[in-house]
Amino acid sequence: MVRIIGFLVGLGFVGVLGYSLIIGAIAYMTEEEPGPTAYDYHHHAREISFASDGPLGRFDRQQLQRGFQVYREVCAACHSLEYVAFRNLTDLGFTEAEVDAIADQWPIQVPTVNEDTGEDTTRNAIASDHFPHVYANEVAGRAANNNAYPPDLSLMTKAREEGAAYVYSLLAGYEDPPADLPEEFQPGTGLYFNPYFANLNLAMPPPLSDGQVSYADGTEATVENMAEDVTAFLIWTAEPKMEDRKNLGLIVLIFLIFATTLAFLAYKNVWRDQKH
Amino acid sequence: MATEDHVEQPAGEQPEQEGVRRRDFLNIAAVSVAGVGGVIAILPLVNQMNPSADVLALSSIQVDLANIEPGQAVKTIWRKQPLFIRNLTAEEITEANAVDVSGLRDPETLAERTAEGHENWLITLAVCTHLGCVPLGAGQGENKGEYGGYFCPCHGSHYDTAARIRKGPAPTNLVVPEYEFTSDTTVTIG
Amino acid sequence: MSFPWAAQYTPTNPFMKWMDDRLPLPRLVFNSVGAGYPVPRNLNYFWNFGVLSGLALVIQIVTGIILAMHYAANSEIAFASVEHIMRDVNSGWLMRYLHANGASFFFIVVYIHIFRGLYYGSYKAPREMVWLLGLVIFLLMMATGFMGYVLPWGQMSFWGAQVITGLFAAIPVVGETIQQWLLGGFAPDNAALNRFFSLHYLLPFVIAGVIILHIWALHLPGSSNPTGIDVKGPQDTIPFHPYYTAKDGFGAGVFLILLAIMVFFAPNYLGHADNYIEANPLSTPAHIVPEWYFWPFYAILRAFTVDILFMPAKLLGVLAMFASILLLFFLPWLDKSPVRSGKFRPQFKIWFWVLIADVAVLGYCGGAPAEEPYVMISQLASMYYFAHFLIILPLISRTERPLPMPNSITEAVLGKDHDAAQPATAE
Repeated sequence: MVRIIGFLVGLGFVGVLGYSLIIGAIAYMTEEEPGPTAYDYHHHAREISFASDGPLGRFDRQQLQRGFQVYREVCAACHSLEYVAFRNLTDLGFTEAEVDAIADQWPIQVPTVNEDTGEDTTRNAIASDHFPHVYANEVAGRAANNNAYPPDLSLMTKAREEGAAYVYSLLAGYEDPPADLPEEFQPGTGLYFNPYFANLNLAMPPPLSDGQVSYADGTEATVENMAEDVTAFLIWTAEPKMEDRKNLGLIVLIFLIFATTLAFLAYKNVWRDQKH
Repeated sequence: MATEDHVEQPAGEQPEQEGVRRRDFLNIAAVSVAGVGGVIAILPLVNQMNPSADVLALSSIQVDLANIEPGQAVKTIWRKQPLFIRNLTAEEITEANAVDVSGLRDPETLAERTAEGHENWLITLAVCTHLGCVPLGAGQGENKGEYGGYFCPCHGSHYDTAARIRKGPAPTNLVVPEYEFTSDTTVTIG
Repeated sequence: MSFPWAAQYTPTNPFMKWMDDRLPLPRLVFNSVGAGYPVPRNLNYFWNFGVLSGLALVIQIVTGIILAMHYAANSEIAFASVEHIMRDVNSGWLMRYLHANGASFFFIVVYIHIFRGLYYGSYKAPREMVWLLGLVIFLLMMATGFMGYVLPWGQMSFWGAQVITGLFAAIPVVGETIQQWLLGGFAPDNAALNRFFSLHYLLPFVIAGVIILHIWALHLPGSSNPTGIDVKGPQDTIPFHPYYTAKDGFGAGVFLILLAIMVFFAPNYLGHADNYIEANPLSTPAHIVPEWYFWPFYAILRAFTVDILFMPAKLLGVLAMFASILLLFFLPWLDKSPVRSGKFRPQFKIWFWVLIADVAVLGYCGGAPAEEPYVMISQLASMYYFAHFLIILPLISRTERPLPMPNSITEAVLGKDHDAAQPATAE
């Protein structure tokens, strides 16, 4: 009985699927060749390597500091970094005194309450604060940026397909639209063409230009260098515990391989007289 | 139960039978009442999962339509779900009315989907009826799909200027919520 | 419990004797996973995966309880509390990555465990109840995994919850009411997040309970084995301890090495970038995909694209998706071949490997965007999936001619040399 019902149910599903398949196949064959899509003009992220790549990769502290400088002088005007605290900057090699100074001089103040009157006010940031929001809320952010809200950058290198390579490519990848770009994909007003962006046109104007920052360590401030440095910095903001993770990982793996080898020998030892 | 008890009765004590039945009835009644009580006790346990009073309190909103030009659409929030309010142009209304309704997957005319006397106001949930994505087409420069209405980027459903499903996997038209025009430029949704 | 020659528990000291008379817990352990449980001597490495599943559950429960000490189940701060765990909590990143990757590894070992049962006929009499309880565990795991993925309150969490509860909205008439009842609102929000957290914390303990029943049901007939032949005598078996505990110890080591490689060196490989963006009801990700372990079922759901009579395509898809799992409950009665092991079933063996490939194809299509040619491929693959279990298996169990089988497990292990086999005992 089970098998007869099962057989009928099976035939039913197979029939419906077969019918769907035929309908779909006919539609697929008769459908006109679709015109060019945005995807045809979209580029995959460029290949780029960072000091932090691979199981043995570690951050290049000098580069992280340069990247932080680019963030502070360029990106921070619009983009927040809400999950990172000033105190975390000691990871980049800054001393505590330097971190205190960075927090104190940060252009955006931290909301607080006046001790005497209870009114809302602001104060300078301190090391234990997270980076303050650039805009009071999303509506304010949209109003200030032609309706495009600048996203928070804390997790950016983990929150996009292709990760850090995508962030780098986007920053360094602004170019003029190709000559054959159809009208519908042309950048409208307030939009800028970038082939690494899935929709091809984005609201962020090219943020970097040669010589925009002056690096203290003498590195040339080309667009490529700045894009690479700030991307390295954003790898750190997205995954600040990466070095701890890889260090612990190596120790754990060495221990596990040793323990598993012993377990294998013990297993063979226990079974030595048994055929199986 | 009754038969078992009966078997246990020694022969010759027939007069006891009535009493036994009465006592059995008491047992059955007690178990039944306890069972009914148990089932009723489950009701609040199930009902607590329904939308709570504060969620229901937000179930109706008022929207001012004065600033929406013909051809424009706005996205607003109703019951934590996005909502499209679109001021249709004359061409879009003509286009929607020109469609042969009987050939549609979810046959409805534009008039059935709008309020009488306010046929230019197309108010629908911005939730694709396929798997709940937010379709594009309300914002300026967004893809409106092949039929000039809305386009769902998730699985490629195309909606026309009356937000009716025309192509793609969605089973029904974009849902029109209950609403009422309280004046020419204000509408109460929900 | 199962075989008359099983070693008997004898307390080794007065305390254990005292204990045994009052609460015979050591005896229970001895009889279920100790020297008192005789197991076929010819089990291969595929029999490691039951114990590995149990290990994965323990890892999930331990890391999960720790995460719950720091996580906040409130839609305003859930996402930030996960970042708090990742950045500020001591070893928090380790707990979270172990838990997230542990879930994937739990499903990997359980899938291998299920396919092992399918190939060697472990679902057949007298082990039907073991199979049914295993499927209950699988369903509970899917519910737990789905609700756990909602908790970080990223974009995929939110839209996954929207899509999966939206499946219930496909039920005619009462569907939308059911969806609102599940979510406690009109869209996923605080109410949904909190109840998912509550249930996500509860269900693993339910799973642990069903696992006890699963093992209990297994111990009546005893473990199956690669030949599928019944145990005939003491020479066919070997005590669980120390033989299989040693083998499982080695298996657990390999499992932990692979888990460690993912956790420490590719912790986000199995995740999705969109889930590092906080949930936003007003913006839909370009491709909503569930976690990889749901992909085959997601492909079946999306394979139904055409309305049939009064049944909309979406409802058909939902029915088919549930049917694809429910039909496994009937498997012991669909496949009536008296031969258990696929080793001796030449036709079954071919179809089995086609099924493996088919599920892999379904998985690939389920993770791909819903475009051609993936839709057509998943339609073909779904057809085979249903045909395999409902049409092909019942038919070949009638027509197939099994290969000659050895007379006993011992003969399979040792060839015809019966004398070499001595009953093995625990030392």
